[in-house]
Amino acid sequence: MTVFLLRRLLQAAAVVLVMSLLVFLGVYAIGDPVEILISPEADQIERERAIRALGLDLPLWQQYLVFLGRALQGDLGRSFVFNEPALQLILQRMPATLELAVGATLVALVIGLPLGLYAGLRPHAPVAKGILAGSILGFSLPTFWVGLMLIMVFAVQLGWLPSTGRGETVTVLGMRWSFLTRDGLAHMVMPALNLSLFKTSLVIRLTRAGVRETMLMDYVKFARAKGLSPARITFVHVFKNILIPVVTVVGLEFGGTIAFSVVTESVFAWPGMGKLIIDSINVLDRPVMVAYLMIIVLMFITINLVVDITYSLLDPRVRLEGKS
Amino acid sequence: MSPPTLQVRNLRTHFFTRAGVVRAVDDVSFTVGRGRVLGLVGESGSGKSVTGFSILGLVDPPGRIVGGQVLFQGQDLATLSEEAMRRLRGNRIAMIFQDPMMTLNPVLRIDTQMIETVLAHAKVSREEARQRARDALGQVGIPSPEERLRAYPHQFSGGMRQRVAIAIALLHKPDLIVADEPTTALDVTIQGQILAEAQKLCAESGTALIWITHDLSVVAGLADDIAVMYAGKVVEQGPVAEVLDAPLHPYTVGLIGSVPSRNRRGEPLRQIPGMTPSLLNLPAGCAFRARCPRAEARCAEPPPFAEYRPGRFARCIHPHGEAIAA
Amino acid sequence: MSSATAGTPATSPPQAAAVETPFRRFVAEFAESRLALFGLGLFLLIAAAALLAPWIAPQDPYDLAQLDIMDGRLEPGSPSGDGRMTYWLGTDDQGRDMLSGILYGLRISLGVGAGSAILACLVGASLGMLAAYAGGRTDGLIMRLVDLQLSFPAILAALMILAFLGKGVLNVVIALVVVEWAYYARTVRGTALVERRREYIEAAQCLALPTRRIIFRHLLPNCLPPLIVVGTMQVARAIALEATLSFLGLGVPITEPSLGLLIANGYEYMLSGKYWISFYPGIALLVTIVAINLVGDQLRDVLNPRLKK
Repeated sequence: MTVFLLRRLLQAAAVVLVMSLLVFLGVYAIGDPVEILISPEADQIERERAIRALGLDLPLWQQYLVFLGRALQGDLGRSFVFNEPALQLILQRMPATLELAVGATLVALVIGLPLGLYAGLRPHAPVAKGILAGSILGFSLPTFWVGLMLIMVFAVQLGWLPSTGRGETVTVLGMRWSFLTRDGLAHMVMPALNLSLFKTSLVIRLTRAGVRETMLMDYVKFARAKGLSPARITFVHVFKNILIPVVTVVGLEFGGTIAFSVVTESVFAWPGMGKLIIDSINVLDRPVMVAYLMIIVLMFITINLVVDITYSLLDPRVRLEGKS
Repeated sequence: MSPPTLQVRNLRTHFFTRAGVVRAVDDVSFTVGRGRVLGLVGESGSGKSVTGFSILGLVDPPGRIVGGQVLFQGQDLATLSEEAMRRLRGNRIAMIFQDPMMTLNPVLRIDTQMIETVLAHAKVSREEARQRARDALGQVGIPSPEERLRAYPHQFSGGMRQRVAIAIALLHKPDLIVADEPTTALDVTIQGQILAEAQKLCAESGTALIWITHDLSVVAGLADDIAVMYAGKVVEQGPVAEVLDAPLHPYTVGLIGSVPSRNRRGEPLRQIPGMTPSLLNLPAGCAFRARCPRAEARCAEPPPFAEYRPGRFARCIHPHGEAIAA
Repeated sequence: MSSATAGTPATSPPQAAAVETPFRRFVAEFAESRLALFGLGLFLLIAAAALLAPWIAPQDPYDLAQLDIMDGRLEPGSPSGDGRMTYWLGTDDQGRDMLSGILYGLRISLGVGAGSAILACLVGASLGMLAAYAGGRTDGLIMRLVDLQLSFPAILAALMILAFLGKGVLNVVIALVVVEWAYYARTVRGTALVERRREYIEAAQCLALPTRRIIFRHLLPNCLPPLIVVGTMQVARAIALEATLSFLGLGVPITEPSLGLLIANGYEYMLSGKYWISFYPGIALLVTIVAINLVGDQLRDVLNPRLKK
């Protein structure tokens, strides 16, 4: 397990390095770094000083090392707009995005697993066909438009749920959370549902396909030959097997969910990282853009690592390969 | 006198596919008594496995039993409810599958898979169930069963996995075991060990055993009786020694001829010409006639399943050695 | 094979096979699904409407002379102020007929979607073929790039590219090509690798046929079915992604509004109950994507040899 972990960590570090180089090239080589890093309001003397201070007169490879060194110390530049360290700005908004993404994932699992299970066990039932059609629709529907429709129906027409914002929050561990208050939770319902749309469809399809495949396996027939109850066969023998691919994909998709929260947060004015990055792009607050990109890359790699480890815990075959 | 452990009468299991009705099992009858071993022999696709699954009520759609009786200790299983059937399966009637690599659930530990079988049919504590699982593993010759209980299937070899599957089948000391080619996927030496154990078990406990196989040499050493299946029908039936020594049906003759050890050295292996027919568009009459060296015009009529000698049945109008019978 | 059959004169079978060309069989299998045919019909209708927009739209939504600001935000079915036409789907804040806006918007949405898909296909298929044919380090490098691209969410990559390039139809197309080429590359490489190991390719190489000929006459035609499937799905994805980007204000400019931008324009009026400005363009977008996906689903079933029974 330790060797397995160590190898994965090394791989992760390598990917971070490559991505930092790409981001660096994107920002420093393609764009004009002076324009990106120095406030447009600065005068000529300030610019010259800043160029030297930032080392922009150095050769490119030296600049990269400097960039890397600063990034390692957590310095990814200062936002022009907020005049705060970009990293801090993003970290402040991260809890909002995280709770939304986790909420969406839970919704996807809670809705998707039972529906997928049913559709897989009774593939010819009309309800199962309806579920499948719904999941195809879920893939096709443009998320942002569904968000708008949710607002229209539940906030404007029916007035059941608040349309935008995070609602009341509680501070735990120095971070503000919505899901701990009634009001916050009410604000979270629609965005989480909206963000989970794609994922729910995915879980339904994966579960359904997995169930249909697993039901044909000899070990399921053997379990029936052992006289086990249908419930035990479904929930232990079949379910545990399909959980592996579903957890893997849902875990890997967590990064995608965070990325896609850009859209949902914009629709519901949810003050998370996604809304911040859209606002920053619109006002060309480039240090924030760079910092966001690096953080997302780090997040992706962490997610991949966590999924790998979870996977190995669920599937004994993988676990033992890692050991030897 | 108590009824025999299993009596199958005119069993028909058909598969209703898009392409048409597949008569996988078409009028199959046989009897297995207490402590007896029946060898159910046939090529792949002859319906022998479906017969096995039909006995346990494990035929999946689009297949279903459309006719006949499966009398288990006098009770017709085909009429039982699914729940009543479930209580019999793994308890009074057990099954062992062909591929040991596929029969154990890869993500569950051996102990889980054994204990759940005990608990499905007996009201005992988990500890008691575990004890029984351990004993069963020991019974099939798995060393240090306590340790092996905590392992996952992939940590076992194929032979070991089949022993585990057999141990699971033995957990409730069933009256009938249906073994579907359980040694086909194993090495010859391990096959021998398992056969010996199966024989011992039946003799000691009175368990009836149906051993499904395509391998005549396995049946020769193990079974008391033999039923040869071809294209969904039993074509020949009788005590194993008699059938192998003096087969009646041309198909049985062909099968025996194609066993290497039965041929003389240097002589080419005899083989049955042609292929097993598709069960979809089976012609009327004898299904074997296209491959039969003795086929004649009369074979286009369905041949009766007749007793040519005492205890010797065949589905053929011109069996080998008919001169003696006549 | 056997001399017996060779001796008898060949009768009907070869001719019968000739009538059933692969293309005919493909058409017949595709037509098996009524839903897919419906999708295809729907898509053709949408494409025709988009193509013919200048002739069939009641109004040129970009000719300011035709717009009357007094007609702004009218409900669906309202007559225009001058009484010359009816706004069947209502009007937006500038008094623009939504139906006309949608028809013109479809042109841009479909154009961007199809254009980016074709370009991405060219780029991706070339790189995929190169990877399969060159192998070794070239293959390794290209496939690492593909992996990297696929592991990163499309929406984010496109967002970042547009953030650096700025708005514009062409920039949107570039961004979509960058996020989509990898799918085509992976598909072509996978198929080409399988085909390359086939004996007929070895035979062609033994005959010293030029590489160009082997690639275009032998490898590429075999890659076509999976490429068509991926391409169809990617057009739908591209249209949805373009709409999303435009909704976020990073896609097409206000002068060339696609469906996504139309929806974004209606966003602020939604809260005051004027739903139609966002609703109808969304329906148009939805129907377009569903139609393409229906066709794509059936294409995948028909063209995927693994699913054949």
